[in-house]
Amino acid sequence: MSTLARAAVPFEFRSSLNMTLLTGRRARDLAELLEHLRVVPGAVIYHHTHRFLVQHQFLSPEPPNDFAYWVTNDLLEEVLGEELASIDVLRFSTLRELREALIRTIENFIERTGNLRAAPPGQEFHFMQSVSFVLPTGQRASDLRTFHEILGKVSLDSIAYHMFDARLRLEQGDNDFSKWFQDALGESKLADAFRRVDPYTHTAEGLRRRLLGLVEQRLKELQA
Amino acid sequence: MNELDKYEPFVGEGVLRELRLLGEHLAGKRVLNINSTRVGGGVAEILNRLVPLLNEVGLDSRWEVIHGTEDFFVLTKNLHNALHGKPYTFTAIDQETFNLTTRQNLERLNLDADVLFIHDPQPAGLIKARETRTGSGWIWRCHIDVSAPAPGAWEFIAPIVERYDMSVFSAPQFARPLVMPQVLIAPSIDPLSDKNRELSQSEIENILRRLGITSDKPMVTQVSRFDRLKDPAGVLAAWKMARQRVDCQLILAGGGATDDPEGAQVLKEIREAAGSDPDVHILDLPPTSNVEINAIQRASTVIIQKSLKEGFGLTVSEALWKGKPVIAGAVGGIPLQVTHRYSGILVHTVEGTAFWIKQLLSAPEFANKLGQNGREHVRNNFLLTRHMRDYMLAFLYLSHPSENVIQL
Repeated sequence: MSTLARAAVPFEFRSSLNMTLLTGRRARDLAELLEHLRVVPGAVIYHHTHRFLVQHQFLSPEPPNDFAYWVTNDLLEEVLGEELASIDVLRFSTLRELREALIRTIENFIERTGNLRAAPPGQEFHFMQSVSFVLPTGQRASDLRTFHEILGKVSLDSIAYHMFDARLRLEQGDNDFSKWFQDALGESKLADAFRRVDPYTHTAEGLRRRLLGLVEQRLKELQA
Repeated sequence: MNELDKYEPFVGEGVLRELRLLGEHLAGKRVLNINSTRVGGGVAEILNRLVPLLNEVGLDSRWEVIHGTEDFFVLTKNLHNALHGKPYTFTAIDQETFNLTTRQNLERLNLDADVLFIHDPQPAGLIKARETRTGSGWIWRCHIDVSAPAPGAWEFIAPIVERYDMSVFSAPQFARPLVMPQVLIAPSIDPLSDKNRELSQSEIENILRRLGITSDKPMVTQVSRFDRLKDPAGVLAAWKMARQRVDCQLILAGGGATDDPEGAQVLKEIREAAGSDPDVHILDLPPTSNVEINAIQRASTVIIQKSLKEGFGLTVSEALWKGKPVIAGAVGGIPLQVTHRYSGILVHTVEGTAFWIKQLLSAPEFANKLGQNGREHVRNNFLLTRHMRDYMLAFLYLSHPSENVIQL
């Protein structure tokens, strides 16, 4: 077995466990949706754009955000639903920018069409908020092989934390894995490969497999 | 093997490790659960499992029940129905009955705890203890749908529940305009219980034989009490429409017809509407028929839950956990369990239900995909371990109110 580079600072796997708060805010139509979108805390925007990723680990890729799902399935506004679904979350480094993009998309649609159809009673949009509890899992990796082993076993919440929360919620601008590959192991190619993965297009287990595959490939190269 | 380890095959090692870590952060915390009954009902079922599991990860958790007179339980039954929207006029005598039972239980119960976790309206009045004892966190856990109460019902309990530090509801539409944090915690199913554990093919076949069902035709099934809000008549009508195009049988399995006069009436009507059709099986089962329900669900091709109003509708999660495609009414907590066309089908009408029965019976691959997605969704969101995790997070949140990202 070849010797792998060891990091002076090990990677500490953390996990973020989410609790959902109910805000009591609800929207029946696009005007009300906009009104709340402008004032709700960032934790509400985070909840409705990332909840699907951690809660709905479907075998097929899932609807990307609650706003798009509601607009498509309850307001039956398919065009706007598609526009909201296709907002590329990776483009934004803060929740504020993501919020603005959502608002702009809905405003443009209303300006263009004037459509303010209401959802049927009982199908209003309920705004919720995520509270994250960040938990060290006690799992540490100092080299790529151990990293690979742990990545295969940690909960999906842990992967979500390092891929989504670190970048967007804590505004670190990068996912935690890439940062460690680059800074601690000097593996800038692997870091880049992780950055290029669009986590929003995978199921959570699919994302794990994809990330594991990238590390396996690199391990093979190192052994060759 | 300890109890928590038994869940590893279902949720994986990582989830259990996180539960144990959360337990370390709450080590020694004294949590007192109080509800109104030790047996029967979903709350008792959950507490029976959760209290020992919480202790296994290091909390000091116990469970007490309040005692009350018959008058008190008649009143709280009326309150329960009124919170669901059935009109009722609350009198000064009702108020006194409620206060008296509360006082008696305050004298009887040892409320020494760090977290007081009070379930449903019956024991809610115990918050009065806070006037003389400080330092505990009080959580009110509301298991019922309070989104459209009858006039006077919410007002009856509001002055009490508004004094809690936190409230917990099962679905977003149940939230009330309250000043305290309101947490969403859905109920859960236990994959180890008789109702949900794996069954062998021969166990399933034996049970079906005993119930007089043959599996020679695809089975379309609704498992529910015989209650108008579960719309068994709508299910029968939808099945009749669908089977003009696809040959299948209908199973309506439920209980509640022996102790509920309205249930008996609904059962009678549905039997009349079904006539002597040999493809319709209407089964009035005793409340202990957990393994029978399990077998029926596992033998079914498509499962319906066409409720018109619903609390949470855990029968949907039970069906999804068995990998079955589900067609369900978009009411109560059902949309949390079913995402339309991803993990099941949401319907609003009899015609829509008939349409989707035909579609799912004719497209088994799509139906299978819905069921598999549904099973994964339940695995991640509606198993007992997630419920346990949410309770522990709620206990931790008591010490971090108004923070959004909490570093443990």
